[in-house]
Amino acid sequence: MSRSPGRKQENHKISRELFVLTYGALVAQLCKDYEKDEDVNACLDRMGYSIGIRLIDDFLARSAVKKCRSYSETADMIAQVAFKMYLGVTPSVNCSSATGNEFSLILDKNPLVEFVEELPEERASLCYCNLLCGVIRGALEMVHLAAEVSFLQDRLKGDAVTEIGITFLRKPEDRKHRR
Amino acid sequence: MADEALFLLLHSEMVAGLYRAAEQGEGENGRCTTKLESMGFRVGQGLIERFTKDTARFKDELDIMKFICKDFWTTVFKKQIDNLRTNHQGIYVLQDNKFRLLTQMSSGKQYLEHAPKYLAFTCGLIRGGLSNLGIKSIVTAEVSSMPACKFQVMIQKM
Repeated sequence: MSRSPGRKQENHKISRELFVLTYGALVAQLCKDYEKDEDVNACLDRMGYSIGIRLIDDFLARSAVKKCRSYSETADMIAQVAFKMYLGVTPSVNCSSATGNEFSLILDKNPLVEFVEELPEERASLCYCNLLCGVIRGALEMVHLAAEVSFLQDRLKGDAVTEIGITFLRKPEDRKHRR
Repeated sequence: MADEALFLLLHSEMVAGLYRAAEQGEGENGRCTTKLESMGFRVGQGLIERFTKDTARFKDELDIMKFICKDFWTTVFKKQIDNLRTNHQGIYVLQDNKFRLLTQMSSGKQYLEHAPKYLAFTCGLIRGGLSNLGIKSIVTAEVSSMPACKFQVMIQKM
């Protein structure tokens, strides 16, 4: 077999497909094990959390970024550095609240659903990519930022784009400072 | 590469999650290995399809096994299989001296009893890949000292 220069890029792509395919097989298995969509979503979130608390070490080691000074810097870091590094896509960041602690990441290309056409009818409320929410939540917690992460819109459920909402929860000390 | 970290973490989380669920349920340990292996099978099928889209036709069984040992293993685990042995009658032994999914665990005999859990997915991966190349097989794995392990492929004549 001749090696063309395009081969390396292809191999890189296939590496990523390994993750996507494995994730698909995992979701399929969970759907077999649990009847309710909420259980599958909760399980994916839990697994994502465990992955996130470890992934943050890998991220910080690879990217050597400096400490983020604000929530909006953190959101930008997640979108532009982390997503790019691990999934190869860069979602756009929107700040959706005046208080400055609610952000949303808008993904127009979600690599995890590359091989998924649509959700089956009996699984209409399945959050296919719920693992991502858990990963972000776990990773943020390890840098002492408590947050709630969830899917606001999902292309698989018929919405126009896929949108992940991150709400940074104010730490109790912040409230003390306000007084 | 960064993608590898994601896959490694997902894999170890899958193994842990499945076994945790089994413990809370009825304690069916054997079923977890089957589930992992069948997940690997499905992924192997898909992956080999994507991979061999543009490659030339394989000459024979040995050619296919060499492909698995070199190109397939390099793409999935970033290294080649270190040793391939066969008895030319349908049994192949693939030896990997530094198996990627076990390097983080230990080097030696510690945690040896947990190693098989982490090999089930890969056994399925090989079986699925071979299946979509037209070869029916049974794949088992054994570990005597981490992180080296051997995968034994038994070709089933149809």
